[in-house]
Amino acid sequence: MSKIVANDVKWRDISPGGIICDAGNAALFKTGDWRSIRPRWIEEKCKQCSLCYPTCPDSSIIMTEEALMRGFDYDHCKGCGVCAKACPFGAIEMEEEA
Amino acid sequence: MRERLSGNEAVAIAMRQIDPDVVAAFPITPSTEVPQYFASFVANGAVNTEFVAVESEHSAMSACIGAQAAGGRTMTATSSAGLALMWEMLYIAASSRLPITLAAVNRALSGPININNDHSDTMGARDSGWIQIYGESNQEAYDNFIQAVCIGEHPAVQLPVMDCYDGFITSHAVENIELLEDEEVKAFVGDYTPEYYLNNKAHPIAVGPLDLPVHYFEHKRLQAEAMRNAKRVILEVAADFEKLTGRKYGFFEEYKMEGAETAIVVLNSTAGTAKTVVDKLREQGVKAGLIKLRVFRPFPAEEIAAALAGVKAVAILDKADGFNAAGGPVFTDVTSAMYGRVDGVPAISYIYGLGGRDVRAGDIEKVYSRLAEIVKTGKIGEVYNYLGVRE
Ligand code: SF4
Ligand code: SF4
Repeated sequence: MSKIVANDVKWRDISPGGIICDAGNAALFKTGDWRSIRPRWIEEKCKQCSLCYPTCPDSSIIMTEEALMRGFDYDHCKGCGVCAKACPFGAIEMEEEA
Repeated sequence: MRERLSGNEAVAIAMRQIDPDVVAAFPITPSTEVPQYFASFVANGAVNTEFVAVESEHSAMSACIGAQAAGGRTMTATSSAGLALMWEMLYIAASSRLPITLAAVNRALSGPININNDHSDTMGARDSGWIQIYGESNQEAYDNFIQAVCIGEHPAVQLPVMDCYDGFITSHAVENIELLEDEEVKAFVGDYTPEYYLNNKAHPIAVGPLDLPVHYFEHKRLQAEAMRNAKRVILEVAADFEKLTGRKYGFFEEYKMEGAETAIVVLNSTAGTAKTVVDKLREQGVKAGLIKLRVFRPFPAEEIAAALAGVKAVAILDKADGFNAAGGPVFTDVTSAMYGRVDGVPAISYIYGLGGRDVRAGDIEKVYSRLAEIVKTGKIGEVYNYLGVRE
């Protein structure tokens, strides 16, 4: 990824006018530290129904190619709790950040 | 091509010759004629420009920003309260590094409401990040407008430019003028080829994102460097323009500064009046000179200090008050440029011509007499003065 958006970029190397010159770089912005509560996946209760996946506003639910739920991307999950509400089987619980 | 035109008409013709992609403007006296003439060129099919008739100046500048960011060459014109209403967007244009060209037809800011000429509008915008070029005559307003496009769009600059000239005095008075041929102007400005632009499907970008403390400072530092680079580019463009036209431009014009003991620094149309006074004084054996500032942003600090190094007293004239209780905006910049470079030269500030108050040769003579008195007595007296106000 371009160093233009790296946190240690020097002023001579930064993009002119604050433009973002490389599309599709949202993953570089780690939003995980915004979280005050975190989702916990309870694998034994999970039926692999995939209903949680499309509800996450941060694309932070990890799914395999075979559409199997495998947990959370804590670098980007903001802890909004939407997935926990969406899960019909109580397989996601929100708990306080340590 | 010799013509006789008003300043506004000349600038509108420059716009037609450039044939920009987008012009977005809202009418306000005394700049109205620029988009008015230009709209007729659009209606007559003389240009390929998309003309956007917006509902305010804030929208005019916003439309220019969007169009320029998309990759188009964009222009507008305004005055006074119109420029004030653009304020927020002026900063967005400059910090987003969008080289929009603006004909800034100088008019007093309200209040009290006044439609006549002074420089309070563009002086207020002097630190918005725009390049500001001031012109004495219709010819200079036209020439500066064409050069503004090349300066702003230069890859080392990428900043918007204001072509500032006096409302009514320059904008509406008809003068003889030397126009370039359409093809010459088109060749001189060339095509606008930004490295990044929104309409480039092969390389998508985002413009105007939130900039947090980790990046904002670096962006501002880079913006400041662009304004420094503009000094070099302004001179390069002026040299190319001189090759084309024979007309010479720099940061400022030194008029009879050779051996001058007293000098006035002034910008825009009053320089014309002051030149006739200098001529008269020189005939009388008085060593008077004049510096007509052309480029105010970037400010040519070293160059102006060097130009004033030989004088024994200088007056800096401002057609806008600073309301800083210390002197006008040109005065404070010129004197800070002198600090540490030409210390000890007495410098005084005169505020003149506010709200279109006439400035006559007799007024300018009073300033030179005052300077002569300072040289004779060594006493500076009041630094912050007013010229032509009823006492
Ligand atoms: S808590 Fe919110 S952000 Fe985190 S995984 Fe669930 S839906 Fe996504
Ligand atoms: S909604 Fe619940 S049960 Fe369905 S995949 Fe997600 S965690 Fe598993």
